[in-house]
Amino acid sequence: MCGIVGIINADRSLIDGSFIREAIRIQRERGNGLGGGFAAYGVYPEHKDKYAFHIMYQGEGRHNAVIHDVEDYLESKTKIYQSQEIPVYPSDRIPKGPYFKRYFLKPIEEQIQPDQSEEDLIVEIVMHINTMNGAFVVSSGKNMGVFKGVGYPEDVADYFRIQDYKAHMWIAHNRFPTNTPGWWGGAHPFTILDKAVVHNGEITSYGTNLRWLEMYGYFCRLKTDTEVITYIYDKLTRKDGLSMNDACYVMAPSLWEEIDRENDGKKRALRQIYGQAVVNGPFGVVLTHYNGAIILNDRNKLRPVVCARKGNTYYASSEECSIRLLSPEVDEIWSPRGGEPVIVDLLPEEDSRGVA
Amino acid sequence: MEKMKNNWKVVPPFHPEFDLERCDYESGCDICARECSFGEISRKPVKGKDGNVYYRPWANLTSCGACQRCVKMCPGDAIHITRSTMHTGHNYWTDEYVNSIWKQAGSEGGVLLVGNGSTGPQRRYFDHLLFDACQVTNPSIDPLREPMEIRTYLGRKPQVFGDGIEPQLKLDIPIMFGAMSFGALNLRVHEAEARATKRTGTFWNTGEGGFHKSLREYGENTIVQIASGRFGVSEDYLKSAAAVEIKVGQGAKPGIGGHLPGEKVSKAISETRMIPEGSDALSPAPHHDIYSIEDLRQLIYAIKEATEYRVPVSVKIAAVHNVAPIVSGIARAGADIIAIDGFRGGTGASPLQIRQNTGIPIELAIAAADQRLREEKIRNSVSLIASGGIQTSADVLKAICLGADAVYVATPVLIALGCGVCQRCFSGKCAYGITTNKPGLAERIDVDEATDALTNLLRAWAEEMEELMGSMGISTIEALRGNRDRLRGINLNDEELRILGVKHAGA
Repeated sequence: MCGIVGIINADRSLIDGSFIREAIRIQRERGNGLGGGFAAYGVYPEHKDKYAFHIMYQGEGRHNAVIHDVEDYLESKTKIYQSQEIPVYPSDRIPKGPYFKRYFLKPIEEQIQPDQSEEDLIVEIVMHINTMNGAFVVSSGKNMGVFKGVGYPEDVADYFRIQDYKAHMWIAHNRFPTNTPGWWGGAHPFTILDKAVVHNGEITSYGTNLRWLEMYGYFCRLKTDTEVITYIYDKLTRKDGLSMNDACYVMAPSLWEEIDRENDGKKRALRQIYGQAVVNGPFGVVLTHYNGAIILNDRNKLRPVVCARKGNTYYASSEECSIRLLSPEVDEIWSPRGGEPVIVDLLPEEDSRGVA
Repeated sequence: MEKMKNNWKVVPPFHPEFDLERCDYESGCDICARECSFGEISRKPVKGKDGNVYYRPWANLTSCGACQRCVKMCPGDAIHITRSTMHTGHNYWTDEYVNSIWKQAGSEGGVLLVGNGSTGPQRRYFDHLLFDACQVTNPSIDPLREPMEIRTYLGRKPQVFGDGIEPQLKLDIPIMFGAMSFGALNLRVHEAEARATKRTGTFWNTGEGGFHKSLREYGENTIVQIASGRFGVSEDYLKSAAAVEIKVGQGAKPGIGGHLPGEKVSKAISETRMIPEGSDALSPAPHHDIYSIEDLRQLIYAIKEATEYRVPVSVKIAAVHNVAPIVSGIARAGADIIAIDGFRGGTGASPLQIRQNTGIPIELAIAAADQRLREEKIRNSVSLIASGGIQTSADVLKAICLGADAVYVATPVLIALGCGVCQRCFSGKCAYGITTNKPGLAERIDVDEATDALTNLLRAWAEEMEELMGSMGISTIEALRGNRDRLRGINLNDEELRILGVKHAGA
């Protein structure tokens, strides 16, 4: 069991982290204190053209040797415009944690190989750092960041003081780990570039997905099945150019019987080609990227997800109570069917009000 | 060699025993003697209590192979087969080795022939692999309540959606019937295979012996084979089927050709194979136009040209030491499907020493091949079929977890028709009428009943696979393909675990 919440302001209006903190806090029953985390979009407007790397260093705080290795490596591939410790606020509930730093950077042009895009290089850098002993990239997108750790989500929120950040889209996770250890890197969200995912469920296709992803340079080092969803999503949408809808279809396809009935050549081909990217087992997920979000359930609907809309704000949650807490009266509320994605596109940046 | 001839007498390791209390010979029953096609059972006159002469069944102690035909056919259940005790029980010089030497010394020398697959003591890796199951954190799926999908498409697939997709074989059950030729089998068995696969939505393979005209209506469920003898191959033949398979080798006899003796080449076989009646059909060891990988590429494309790129082309090889790079080469040569046949794979006839000593287990071969294709990022460009030693539906799923897309089974087809695996398929005397074309024997196969039996087998295995998948929380077979995370090894060493790509139980 786990709990997930998403707050998506389609008009890109900013809200601080206290709202999502409350929304996930009241789902305490769904976690056990072994993991909580948040992704926030729009938090670094002053650096919005640079990749924001949140890196977690395990071990002996700021004197850890791996920090130098990582920074040497980063400097060889990128120009770092700014780097700083991520401020943390230890308390009785979370007295200590790994050392977190963030870097605002751009790849060095000459480091991008002829067959690579800028983003491919960023993915390569993330994969490389994750293989370095004791360093893990927590997030790597532009104008977004992830804050996560071991503890109940509201305690993790306080540890990072997420109320100090303002974002147009927030997702949160409350973890009850069952198949892999509760550790800081294993808390959700999982990310690559601007894509993040929070997940409730267990992925029985993990072994298949992982080996498919390895063919394309994605390596799962975070010991948690959810990681594959992030990479599948990135591979399908960014690398292969599938629409959000088609990417969701690949992960949760309809039955062959239905495809036959509709005689839908495109759906048949998507299933044939991307069979190894099918996500099996129970899941409810919120997937986000800089300009939108997707809410998706496994096709048997073995995990709860409720969606709602109030004006330009969309909500997704494992429990309706989180939504009602933030917005007692909503315009629409519904439970999406298994395998049918809810896709929210944010309004284009220039059209949105962008009010704080 | 007169004086010593009895020194080399090989007493068959089995013989029938008759319970005369149960036997109805006094009323004239002679079913066992008629059913025994190997000449083991005759009838011996005995004087009855009433003074009349009756003919009781009699074991000749010459040729019993424990095929169980007499046992099954006896209306009085009066027969059982017993193992003949013969040698000292020496645990190194066992009966098998002693008999082999006697046979070679006492006959005219030569190569010992056997049917079926290897009987060697090597490890059966399937038995050392165990499935995972859902507990608590994840609901198992009941296939009776929830949809469960095992449909599989074989063929080359692009890396990325958008470039179209080449012809695919649609398998409703990812189990196909492996290549067994007309000649090795009779037409009735071929017809049963064709009808059962049509019913269940899968495929059968003609083997190298042509595709009889009367069965062409089943072309949509047929894979035709091209082997080194090119028997029965014509443009029409290539176009008659759903896929074409180039047979380079088979697990029971890697590196060896085939031989159908002239006495088996009847009129129908001669027409189908396109050779004169009564002439030996010799398939050479190599294809005489394939001496290297580029030659294979030319043949693959020659077939694609002939079939106008409408059907996938498969290449079948035996699982040998270097299977992984060979498979990679075949994929790059343009094959759409590669069938890998493990050393346990069966055959109508193989030299004993080849069958017992050449090739490697399919479990290791398929794991190594799948891994290599992934390392080279070309796994999508070819489908893999595992065969040779698959005995249960669980084996099918384990092969799929290790990286196969589907499997071929062939010995299970024979067993489903009654075969008792007596290993004498080459003799032409098959008591079940399966591996024989002799009139009087072949008629023992009833095509309708045989079709039902094969259909039952496929459906039963499919149901078992769905049950196993449900217990693992898997609702569609794509999610299991190459999913070694759902397997754990037991009693395997580190190297075996590494090659299979599985963790040890408990890890």
